[in-house]
Amino acid sequence: MLQTPSANNPQIMLHVQALSKQVSLPEHTLTLLDQVSFTLVAGETLAITGASGSGKSTLLGLLAGLDSPSSGSVQLAGTDLNLLNEDGRAKLRRQQVGFVFQSFQLLPALSALENVMLPLELMGAPNAKAKAEEILAQVGLRERLTHYPRQLSGGEQQRVAIARAFVSTPKVLFADEPTGNLDTKTGQQIADLLFALNETAGTTLVLVTHEQKLASRCQRILNLDAGRVVNS
Amino acid sequence: MTRADQNSSSSLSFEQSLRLSWRWFLRDFRSGGVRVLFAAIALAVCAVSAVSFLSDRAQRAMALQANQLLGGDALVKADAPIGPAQRALAGQLQQAEVLSFNSMLRAGSTLKLADIKAISQGFPLRGAYQLVDANGKISMQAGAWPKPGQLWLSGAGAQALSVKIGDKIALGALEFEIGALIVQEPDAALSYFNVAPRAIIRLDDLAKTQLIQEGSRVVYRLVVAGAANQVAAFSAQVQPTLKRGQQLETVQDARPELRQALARANQFLGLSALVAVVLAAVAAAMAARRHTARHIDGCAVMRAIGASSQNILQIYLGQLFWVGLFAAIVGVVSAFALQALAASLLAKALQLDIPAASALPALEGFAVGFVVLMSFAAPPVLALKNAAPLRVLRKDLPSPQISAWLALVLGLAGLAGLIVMKAGSVELGLTILAGLAATLFALALLAFALIAGVHALRGRLRGRLRGPLRYGLANISRRASASAVQTTALGLGLMVIMLLTLVRSDLLYRWQAELPDNAPNRFVIGLQAEQTEPFSAAFQTAGLAKPTLFPMIQARFVQQNDQAITQTSFAEQSERAQRLAERNFNVSYMAELPADNEIVAGKFWANNTQSAEFSVEVELAKSLGWNLGDTLAFDVAGQRLEAKITSLREVDWGNFQPNFFVIASPSAARELPQSFMTSLHLPSEKFALTNELVQQMPNISVIDVDAILAQVRRTSAQAAAAISWVFYFTLAAGVLVLIGAMRATQDERLREAAIMRVLGASTTQLRLAQLSEFTAQGVIAGGTAAIAANVLSGVIAEQILGISWRVDPMLMLVGTRAGVLAVVATGLITLRSAVTLAPAQSLRALEG
Repeated sequence: MLQTPSANNPQIMLHVQALSKQVSLPEHTLTLLDQVSFTLVAGETLAITGASGSGKSTLLGLLAGLDSPSSGSVQLAGTDLNLLNEDGRAKLRRQQVGFVFQSFQLLPALSALENVMLPLELMGAPNAKAKAEEILAQVGLRERLTHYPRQLSGGEQQRVAIARAFVSTPKVLFADEPTGNLDTKTGQQIADLLFALNETAGTTLVLVTHEQKLASRCQRILNLDAGRVVNS
Repeated sequence: MTRADQNSSSSLSFEQSLRLSWRWFLRDFRSGGVRVLFAAIALAVCAVSAVSFLSDRAQRAMALQANQLLGGDALVKADAPIGPAQRALAGQLQQAEVLSFNSMLRAGSTLKLADIKAISQGFPLRGAYQLVDANGKISMQAGAWPKPGQLWLSGAGAQALSVKIGDKIALGALEFEIGALIVQEPDAALSYFNVAPRAIIRLDDLAKTQLIQEGSRVVYRLVVAGAANQVAAFSAQVQPTLKRGQQLETVQDARPELRQALARANQFLGLSALVAVVLAAVAAAMAARRHTARHIDGCAVMRAIGASSQNILQIYLGQLFWVGLFAAIVGVVSAFALQALAASLLAKALQLDIPAASALPALEGFAVGFVVLMSFAAPPVLALKNAAPLRVLRKDLPSPQISAWLALVLGLAGLAGLIVMKAGSVELGLTILAGLAATLFALALLAFALIAGVHALRGRLRGRLRGPLRYGLANISRRASASAVQTTALGLGLMVIMLLTLVRSDLLYRWQAELPDNAPNRFVIGLQAEQTEPFSAAFQTAGLAKPTLFPMIQARFVQQNDQAITQTSFAEQSERAQRLAERNFNVSYMAELPADNEIVAGKFWANNTQSAEFSVEVELAKSLGWNLGDTLAFDVAGQRLEAKITSLREVDWGNFQPNFFVIASPSAARELPQSFMTSLHLPSEKFALTNELVQQMPNISVIDVDAILAQVRRTSAQAAAAISWVFYFTLAAGVLVLIGAMRATQDERLREAAIMRVLGASTTQLRLAQLSEFTAQGVIAGGTAAIAANVLSGVIAEQILGISWRVDPMLMLVGTRAGVLAVVATGLITLRSAVTLAPAQSLRALEG
């Protein structure tokens, strides 16, 4: 049995230790993220804020195992991501993680219902259709099941994305500027929906945003500047 | 949890992945995502199977037509009655019998030596006699048979005997009534040297003529026809039973010019099918690349939400499987419908039955579809498993590429497999593959050079070009690599189309040239030396060109070097060698090499040589084991003709000119007993001239080869028509490549056009920009293709078709114009949405 700090404490959902990311450029090495460490327990909500280019998205990518760090480690739901290969990380995401993106990232060839069914289908979960219909009803899209992304407004697309993220009842939800592509009013509605669902499901939420108002709805805020944590 | 456990990614079960990939296929098909790939593979399969269906049927039809020359599918020819044991071998096959001999026909006081044929009911088993009745009506009835006491007479015979239908004519002890005149005999091409006139009677009337006595020179033929396997079985069984004086003839032994036409047609049809296969593969690869490009982001999302690379492969390869399966079904079904239509039109045009297609082309279509799918469509799709999940956050990440080596190896292996399969031989297949690779490389190099040219030109014209024009040209040099790839692909399509046009017209031209309108339609043989002067004078008096006379010496082969030739000399060699050695050779002599002959070894003698030399046809020399330097001796009516072989010749047997296996130098043969022969083209109004000549010189024989010519022309026309259809299929595949190349950049163009629209560009400006880009691209692709097509057609003409290559100076102009037209038309149609869609709509469509 592999022992990790967070594995000893099931309450620890995300344990980040001295996480750094550098990229080599022809003339010098650029540090995108420098020695970031923090811990999140189950159900906690965290906003990662900072100016454009401060390393927010890089950090999110590393936390979700979409990218590999240059040094340091991330333990997600008790598993050290460094010990997993690409497919192992995908499996972990399939079981534990949900995603909401700024640009929605719905598959254009699939209808709203099919997009939401996708994670369940990949898990081989039973009753995928019924579960997807139910959660789409919860986000207010009961009438739009068969619509394709291009037939939906931005707000509606983000609702589908939120439904897709929650349908597999993830333990951690990563949201990258979820209101960034929406007008203020729609953004507000989407944020309300996100936090409401999160609260109901008790999911750990990691939210990247540059909007202070949205960030302030989280229990904790991690402010980044040039890849360093300046205020936590 | 162990690390291994944690790393193990759940792969979908076979059933799950099949179900998911099926839904993916349906979803993508509905949304239009795989329609292009589907169409590419369907068209590939359709082109391949249609070409194969049609070639299969055309080849069967041509074989059938060729069989008509035999009057059946095979025959046993003998100088004595064919015994019951051999007849029994024919079993269930249809059988007919023909006896032929020479005898005198008498009409009043006119006597003519005629070639008489006594036929059993049912002959010919393939084809039919074309007859003209008393009312002048020409008819062609299968199964027609002279009535008892009636005789059918050739047109030339009626002319020579001055008789008409209904007149009485005596043959041996029996007087016949002329029942019909023969316009065309299906088996007339068996030999040029059928002596006119010709008459046909019923076999059961033969006895009454009392002509066949012991020792009569009669040729007996047992003709059979039936299913190909039964005919082959019969041929195999009868072969070992053949006695001296007996031989088996199949279509392969029919006239050499027909055999040449068949062989060329087969080669050309095979080549066309091959080209369609390659084009289809290129189109499928392009469509698959675009399919992949459009799915990379989706795969990144799937990876982000937990799909393993194996899941992605299962789903997308499964999807390809469904695309391939349904596309192949659609392809084969439409190919069957198309070829049925084509064959019925062909049958109507040529007034003959085209045999049904076999199922093999359908299987071939599926096999080709599968190979194209796996070798060309699958490699780009494999890249999807490497889609980086981080793309969900960073769109600027480079697209995953599969190893160029893997794609190359898979593509080459698939291509080699297809080519070898179609070419029928590994050597020819690999040669074509190497040729293709070299062509592609040359096309790419040329395309790069011309694109650099456009770049330089744009630099020089800077400031003088109007906005849209500048933008259009900039598009080409800005995307130099993409443009080169696209231009190479377009160029390949265009080149193939041009190549086919060139080779096809070369081939048809060659056939036409082989059978010009003034092709000889009469052969004259048996002319004596003292008759040559008055014979030539008669032509000049009639206002016709003086015919070229060839001396002809009947010679029997008796000695090779120190070895006397006996009946068993060639017993261990082939049957053909034995036959060739036993028969009388028609040796000629001449001072100069005949125009259509080509020396392949040794040297033809000087004009005024005094030495005794032979020049021998190369294939005959091979068969009989004759070599340069060998001394051969022939017996000519008791005199000896002896000389050394100093050259070997290739002879064009299809030229309808007198050709000789053995030619002697004049000094060796001039003094020997000889007659003369010639071939002439007589215009129809001068047909009576030969009649007058025969009256004056009764010993000469005039042979009417019009019927043979008509037969060969019909076969050539049939082959040409088949090729036209094959050509259109290949053309369609070429257009598909064009569309594929255009679609490859469709998204980028849509985005650019939308942005230009947003910045205020008008429809005219957008169209002008597109037009200038497509025109330049068309010029580059067309020009490159024209150069390559010209060179390749030379290689194909010389190496494969064995015909001489003529450079086509107009091709650059025609090719470039065709290139521009093709690219502009395809581009404007394929990418019309870039101009017509509102910018927001375009961008939204691209974003999904």
